Amino acid sequence: MSDSVVSISGLSKTFAKADITALDDISLEIGQREFVSLIGPSGCGKSTLLRAVGDIVEPTAGSVEVNGKPARRARLDGDYGIVFQAPVLYDWRTVAKNIALPLEMLGWDRARRVARVKEMVELVDLAGFEDHHPWQLSGGMQQRVSIARAFSFSPALLLMDEPFGALDEMTRERLNLELLRLWLETESTVIFVTHSISEAVFLSTRVVVMSARPGRVSAIVPIDLPQPRMAATREEARFFELVTEVREALHAGGADLA
Amino acid sequence: MTATALSRRAQDWLPAALVFAFGLVAWQWLLPDVVHVQRFLLPRFSAVMSTFWIERSSLFAAGWFTFKEALGGFVLGCSTAFIGALVLARWKPLGRAVLPYAIAANAIPIIAFAPITNAWFGLLSPWSKIVISAVLCFFPVLVNTLRGLTSVRPESLELMRSYAASEAQIFRRVRIPTSLPFVFTALKVACVLSMIGAVVGDYFGGSTTALGVQIQSSVALSRYETAWAAILVASILGIALYGSVALAERLVVGWHPSTREHRE
Ligand SMILES: Nc1ncnc2c1ncn2[C@@H]1O[C@H](COP(=O)(O)OP(=O)(O)OP(=O)(O)O)[C@@H](O)[C@H]1O
Ligand SMILES: [Mg+2]
Repeated sequence: MSDSVVSISGLSKTFAKADITALDDISLEIGQREFVSLIGPSGCGKSTLLRAVGDIVEPTAGSVEVNGKPARRARLDGDYGIVFQAPVLYDWRTVAKNIALPLEMLGWDRARRVARVKEMVELVDLAGFEDHHPWQLSGGMQQRVSIARAFSFSPALLLMDEPFGALDEMTRERLNLELLRLWLETESTVIFVTHSISEAVFLSTRVVVMSARPGRVSAIVPIDLPQPRMAATREEARFFELVTEVREALHAGGADLA
Repeated sequence: MTATALSRRAQDWLPAALVFAFGLVAWQWLLPDVVHVQRFLLPRFSAVMSTFWIERSSLFAAGWFTFKEALGGFVLGCSTAFIGALVLARWKPLGRAVLPYAIAANAIPIIAFAPITNAWFGLLSPWSKIVISAVLCFFPVLVNTLRGLTSVRPESLELMRSYAASEAQIFRRVRIPTSLPFVFTALKVACVLSMIGAVVGDYFGGSTTALGVQIQSSVALSRYETAWAAILVASILGIALYGSVALAERLVVGWHPSTREHRE
């Protein structure tokens, strides 16, 4: 596929020291502007898969290509934005400076940085907090800063590892909507790890269900809910059908685990 | 509003002020008159103060002489330790090889080397005091800075990696800022040590204008009031140096979450 943003083939990862096969022969194509969620039991290798795509861990076998380039090249070209479960913000930088960090690294000049930061702060609804330090913000606000930072330089690919895992349900649903709006506005492709079935269904164009030990793709569920999604989407009959479908795939994948 | 804030502040300070007042009363009357502490053990507060006033110019000249040595040692020791820590953090195998010795050196009483540096650099040379102060400052700053530079969360490094950051950029933008609270903790320890190094270095011999030499010779001549007044000068200078470091800390690491408890 020439139009795929991410092309994973035969990817395996064994942690030799711990003798754990975290990923076993994973192949996956992700197209332009897709929103793909990875879901599976704890320890099935979702984070490891995300890290392999981001060239943070070295695969044992197989290959990852991003935008037709090897993962390493893509990383060096600044093709990724990453959001971790806990917001990784620098305490000595203000909100504005945290968001500007990747722009500094990419060598943007000051005027361009300031303009983009202003834009991003408004997109994630943090206007007025530019000069605050991260520890002066709530957990949800901190995560919005990390998301703004990840989107700030318009990377081709967003890697998000349970970004809303530590947040309460209400904040989470609000941030889900914000994330979708950002995704629609920025023409990016997203790989999103989550433990929540409903979150995966609500956000994604496809849900990849993984099974544990060794980590494999056990099912792929296309999500045909119409775009743009709204709070009301969660109440549609089709939404519940898809949630059930993902849940059953998840149980089928985990059944042989016992 | 401001009146209540003021009275709150007064309440905060009241216990400390009371302890201070009690200390002075004890020094002036309680110890000499009630407990009958002898003059050679501790002269009366008023006697120390009047000696301090009479001999103030020579005392402060001596204080300034020794303070310059302490400051020189502090700057020399802390800057080489900081650079050393950067090198050890950058080349990890080297760090692993050296760190155990640095930690061990941190635990030995380096002040015991004071007569040796006197022998190396000459009794009268300021360098004998500067070097002992510098060595005293070196190890705590090295060990703490190294700990700070390496206590970065792995995700912070992964984030920088995802931006294709070079090692130099990671040091500048992540490791050094992370280490600063550790560095200042060490600097506050080091500034006290540098005064100790300079004064104790004098005890083993030095210029007659040096504070430590004056304390020692005053005691030898039974001029206890002068000795105590000189100790007072050493204390004032030590506290001033510590205060400057603490102020620099507030300015440089004002972003640190630990400052949040001071806000209301
Ligand atoms: N650096 C590592 N060294 C050794 N083993 C590791 C390492 N990282 C992950 N693993 C192992 O690989 C497996 C997959 O881990 P991973 O973090 O990818 O799981 P996950 O699906 O993200 O789990 P969770 O949902 O709990 O976050 C686990 O069994 C884990 O113990
Ligand atoms: Mg994980």
